[in-house]
Amino acid sequence: MDDRAAAPRARRPRMTRRERRALWLGLAFVSPWLFGFLVFTAYPVFASLYFSLTDYNVVSSPRFVGLRNYVDLWRDPLFGTSLYNTLYLAAIGIPLALFLSLAIAMLLNTRIRFQGAFRTIYFLPSVVPAVAVALLWRWFLNPDFGPVNQALEAVGIPGPGWLADPQWSKPALVLASLWGVGGSMVIYLAGLQNVPVQLYEAADLDGANRAQRLRYITLPMLSPVILFNLIMGIITSFQAFTNIYIMTGGGPSNSTMVYALYLYQNAFQFFKMGYASAMAWVLMLITAAALAVIFRTSGWVHYEGRT
Amino acid sequence: MRRPTAVALLVTYAVLVVGALFFLTPFAWMLSTALKPDGQVFAIPPTWIPDPPMWSNFRRLVTEIPFLRYLGNTVFVTALSVVFYLSSSAVVAYGFAKIRWPGRETLFYLLLATMVLPPQVTLIPQFVLFQKLGWVGTFLPLVVPPLFGSAFAVFLLRQFYAAIPEDISDSARIDGASEWQIFARIVLPLSRPALATAALFIFIWTWTDFLNPLIYLTDDRLYTLAIGLQQLSSTRAAAWPLLMGGSVLMSLPIIVLFFFAQKTFIEGVSTGGLKG
Repeated sequence: MDDRAAAPRARRPRMTRRERRALWLGLAFVSPWLFGFLVFTAYPVFASLYFSLTDYNVVSSPRFVGLRNYVDLWRDPLFGTSLYNTLYLAAIGIPLALFLSLAIAMLLNTRIRFQGAFRTIYFLPSVVPAVAVALLWRWFLNPDFGPVNQALEAVGIPGPGWLADPQWSKPALVLASLWGVGGSMVIYLAGLQNVPVQLYEAADLDGANRAQRLRYITLPMLSPVILFNLIMGIITSFQAFTNIYIMTGGGPSNSTMVYALYLYQNAFQFFKMGYASAMAWVLMLITAAALAVIFRTSGWVHYEGRT
Repeated sequence: MRRPTAVALLVTYAVLVVGALFFLTPFAWMLSTALKPDGQVFAIPPTWIPDPPMWSNFRRLVTEIPFLRYLGNTVFVTALSVVFYLSSSAVVAYGFAKIRWPGRETLFYLLLATMVLPPQVTLIPQFVLFQKLGWVGTFLPLVVPPLFGSAFAVFLLRQFYAAIPEDISDSARIDGASEWQIFARIVLPLSRPALATAALFIFIWTWTDFLNPLIYLTDDRLYTLAIGLQQLSSTRAAAWPLLMGGSVLMSLPIIVLFFFAQKTFIEGVSTGGLKG
């Protein structure tokens, strides 16, 4: 008995003919994805890890330098700036977007006239192509000829330089991004429809007021949706690129140089592929750490059917 | 639900109307600028109603910049991407939903994991790969990867296939149908709504994609609208009527689609399709 357990198993439990057939059939169906996964995801993940340990400019072959890229990142002031700007935009932009989209969704969930029209108006900006959004806001916030500053001037407030002013460029980016909160608003609306009406009826019988209904019914029932929007917000704001590339190119004085933009510049303008790969891995670790913190502290999320 | 009081209702309307103005004004400014005569673009105070509206600005898009070429390139890349992504993902999703085989769940988790991987991690080795293949500067890096499916579309379709009752496929199997026949003749035709949702979102990604064309299209004859407009904005910074007109035309197909397929849009957004 002991001998048999210690000895290498003579015979693996073999698959039946049917099972083997199912395996080959299944693999055949998923083979396009499997091939693409190996070539465009799995290999690049390992290659990028290797590149991050090398000096590589695409033309000559990669030269192994150990952890030097990571040490250089640590010393690179612009890396610090880009990280700071990204976290700044996330810290201001995500809570504002979460709050604003939830507030609009709750207003639009009441029984009102023109509900469909309002929903369309609030949702539509979120489907406008990023390039068009970026160009539009660059022109809309133009300090001299844009309507925002003209309106401010009309009421006697001197308008700021917005995207042209290092003090105002980040708030300007946040303002432009809030125009696209319609996407998360729609997700909240879907969540609100799923809150059982009986809960509100029971609360009414108990004499709960508006604030109590919000605090004890709406918010707990919506908490999984809030978590989802929070995670999406973190992922998108850590990877923000297109709108900033077009609106400011990282300026003025690097006040909007964000992580993904600096990574792009290193890779495709300075051809420092090793350095940029190291940045990509640091980004991945930061994202993973942020998501881990979110999940660890997600005790506030209420899942139905779980006590 | 309880009826809101008159005051609450009034406040709700007031907030919604003010908010709607905030959301609509940029659109109005975009349209208004697109139709402005050059002399009114930098007017102080700004004119909101162009006088006269210059519809010919749109013609200038064609004569002063290769707008039609950019449009054609975008249509070409988008059409191929939608067809390729959709056909490959439809097949792959069947393997994940309707055939039971050892290792299926593991691979499916792997597929889900690729959705949260920051694209920056794979970007550089992909570029190096395409560079070695000599594909940089052509459409190939944009239209070949779609042949291998999109994780989002596979996920969406798999969920839909999984809800199709197994008895239908089983009775077809008893009648001697092969898995491919069951897929092509039964599951696929039943999945039109899910295919439409996936197609819509793939259309939006590729139509609006900026990063990939920016990296791979080096020749301005191959530029898509996204790159072409950005390029125009850096070479002719003051050409606002053209830039806004181009932005209007680029947004138009998506806005039109939205009005025809509101429900599909909203379902797709709720499964995380609009993150890009």
